[in-house]
Amino acid sequence: MADQNHDIALMAHLMRRAGFGAQYAELEERAAKGYDATVEELLNPEVNPHGMDLDVAERCFIEWSHQTRGVPEYFAFRMINSRCQLEEKMVLFWHGILCTADSKTQSYPTSYDEIEMFRELGMGSFRDLLVGISRDPAMIFFLDNCLSHKGAINENYGRELLELFSMGVGMDGEFNYTEDDVKECARAFTGWTIANNIPGQPYGRYHAQFVYNPEDHDEGTKTFLGETGNFNGEDVIDIIAKQPATARFISRHLYSYFISDEAQVPSWMETPPKDPETIKMLEDEYFRSGYNIKAMLRVLFHSDAFKNARFQRVKSPVETVMGTMRLVGDWTEPKPGFEFIFDEMKHMGQELFNPPSVEGWHTGQEWIDGGTLVHRINFTADFVGDVNQPGVREIINRLADVGPLLSPEQMVDTTCLLMGHYELADETRQMMASSLEKGGTIHTDTEEFGNRVSELLQMIVATKEYIYA
Amino acid sequence: MTATKKDPVLVVLQMSGAFDALNTIIPYSDPLYKDYRPHLKVEPEEVLAIDDKVGFHPAMAPIKDMYDEGKVAVIQGIGYPNPIRSHFRSMDIWHTAEPTKMSTEGWLGRAIQDLDPNKENVLTAVNFGRGLPRALAAPGVSVASVGNLETYGVLTGIDGEDQRAEALDIFSRMYSPMVGNGPINDYLSQTGLDALKGADILRTAPEIYSSSIEYGGDMFSQWVKNVAQVHTAGFGTRVLYTGLNPGAFDTHANQPTSFAKLWGEVSRAVNDLYQDLKEHDANQEVVMVLFTEFGRRVQENGSGTDHGSGSVAFVLGDAVKGGLYGEYPSLEPDKLDEGDLKWNNDFRQTYATILDKWLELDDKAILQGEFEQFDFIK
Repeated sequence: MADQNHDIALMAHLMRRAGFGAQYAELEERAAKGYDATVEELLNPEVNPHGMDLDVAERCFIEWSHQTRGVPEYFAFRMINSRCQLEEKMVLFWHGILCTADSKTQSYPTSYDEIEMFRELGMGSFRDLLVGISRDPAMIFFLDNCLSHKGAINENYGRELLELFSMGVGMDGEFNYTEDDVKECARAFTGWTIANNIPGQPYGRYHAQFVYNPEDHDEGTKTFLGETGNFNGEDVIDIIAKQPATARFISRHLYSYFISDEAQVPSWMETPPKDPETIKMLEDEYFRSGYNIKAMLRVLFHSDAFKNARFQRVKSPVETVMGTMRLVGDWTEPKPGFEFIFDEMKHMGQELFNPPSVEGWHTGQEWIDGGTLVHRINFTADFVGDVNQPGVREIINRLADVGPLLSPEQMVDTTCLLMGHYELADETRQMMASSLEKGGTIHTDTEEFGNRVSELLQMIVATKEYIYA
Repeated sequence: MTATKKDPVLVVLQMSGAFDALNTIIPYSDPLYKDYRPHLKVEPEEVLAIDDKVGFHPAMAPIKDMYDEGKVAVIQGIGYPNPIRSHFRSMDIWHTAEPTKMSTEGWLGRAIQDLDPNKENVLTAVNFGRGLPRALAAPGVSVASVGNLETYGVLTGIDGEDQRAEALDIFSRMYSPMVGNGPINDYLSQTGLDALKGADILRTAPEIYSSSIEYGGDMFSQWVKNVAQVHTAGFGTRVLYTGLNPGAFDTHANQPTSFAKLWGEVSRAVNDLYQDLKEHDANQEVVMVLFTEFGRRVQENGSGTDHGSGSVAFVLGDAVKGGLYGEYPSLEPDKLDEGDLKWNNDFRQTYATILDKWLELDDKAILQGEFEQFDFIK
């Protein structure tokens, strides 16, 4: 790798992780601009932010109107089509950590407001994001903070804010906070409630709003993580944000999402990070930058750990489905039937807006079981096997451009490159090649060639190697 | 008990969307029933009476026939503490048998761990439908999840018999643990090979199967037929799961039409399955349980009903001691729970009975608690 900055394989890796993958033409274009420039573009979404006309989409999908935006299909459509891939990837990141579930909130407009908040604050200061989520009506309802009152606290939000949203139960074998801290935290958030409460039926078409009710706020003195004062919610968040445990917690999450699957969150107190050096680097940047997520991401994307971590993560169902759509070039514009695509992620074990618990989705190996594996392979194979998809046609044409005759190895290797520089185990590569060989000489200028490519693509997406990103 | 007693098998039928318990088992002689249901009431003469108080909805005649033969236990007033009127959360509670906190492990997943602790059979449990219900999920448990039994398998999109055979041959070789070195290579290999093996075996079921029963053409009936095909093929499957599509019974509007149609299809499918098993001399080793996530509001909304709590469930089969269990919840306004039927028996009592008395498993360990059992298993 003489010139990392213009390396297409590295660009393919970056786009799989910082986005939902890209076709080869986009990889070439981005690699020509350079890795560093692409990282900056991803970190600073500005021009033509979404690459699609949302007004047109809304006219096609009446249920995507401003009144009900936040339907999961709309969220998914943006992941496929947004030019700002990292922005959408970060929305998904926070959706999996600062979790609410529509199964309880039952109000798409309110869920939509939450997603927009992630879009706005997701790459800014983590402290501001914690304030944002604490004021988020969907969250206030989901974790019952609206039921927490002066003199009669409900600890649900106070606890999860510490345990699942910022510090984690413990670090390096020590507890990060006590049960008293949970109670004091909950006291500080009394009075943080919502108006226009989320109706269950029929469709919850109202946006709930954050309201601070000083009458219901506990004005007493609180002692939280060793500090004492008449704390309100924001004071508590200021204390949380400066904890080393918070830096560790966010760094591990970023590492696991962008670099390599970490152990599941509940075991973090006892299980040290896989790569303490990279975590330390991220923690340092957290404090240096004043808790800035974008600054941490910049350090992460430029780290050797990131660049060397190709195919070290199991793709999530959302990444699998979105990545497939982007590879084959389907759903670039609205048309009927999108809900079926959305359902596919659910059948693979990840339903947007409905994580299995407030802990979010378990990742890595836990994405895969007999049912979800078969579903993942067949879904992906059906799309890449369809020679009418523009992205598949493009792969066929590019293979044909190599020459009128291809050797089996050449065909396997080039196809893997065109899919985003996938790497097959030698044995797998040989199996594919000898299977092609049995099918006879590979002439690229025949009708049949497209079908041979289609079959090869289906075999590649069925490999164990393809399960990783 | 005969010397050739076969392993007990459980068939679970999930009625998604929350059927209206009040119009399923109808308290037709209670004058309050008519008051709450001016438009949706079923006339007393149409009700398929069980006794002088309650009876089945007329569309449920095929289940009523089984009831008359003493093969149906009706669990009235079933529910769980602190009812939640969200479909998803409520279904999760039924799946995980954990009403108070979020959990990711299913009650049947844990049962499957006990039924096949050494993972000797890749088909100990089979689901028919799209996606695996959380009820069947547990660490290390592999469940085949079949959308279409006729075409089930990996790489089903590859056309041509030779090409497909070649693809599957490569698949089995490339999933060898010896190939590749990804972070979870061994696990992926095992899961992939299990799925392939399961699919190979399952694919033979429709070929082996023959029956005089003609199931309905709807999706649910077809899946119920798949249950019969897989059970009678003798793969050693102990838990078979299927259900209606999400929201099927969610009758907020136009309830009379859709409700009768659904119960018609479901009841026929249930009876067809029973007759089919009988034809294959397999009726004695199967118990079915049919449930929904919650009941519906007692007061109708004009053309439908909104989400409620207390409900009714059914356990069916030759091994079942038929009759009414639990109490029918009172319709008196002050006895309702926020306008809903009040539950009087915890759904885990029914689970405990099935686990202990039918599957002969440790119900307390699986349900992580002790629940008073019914005596609906012979």
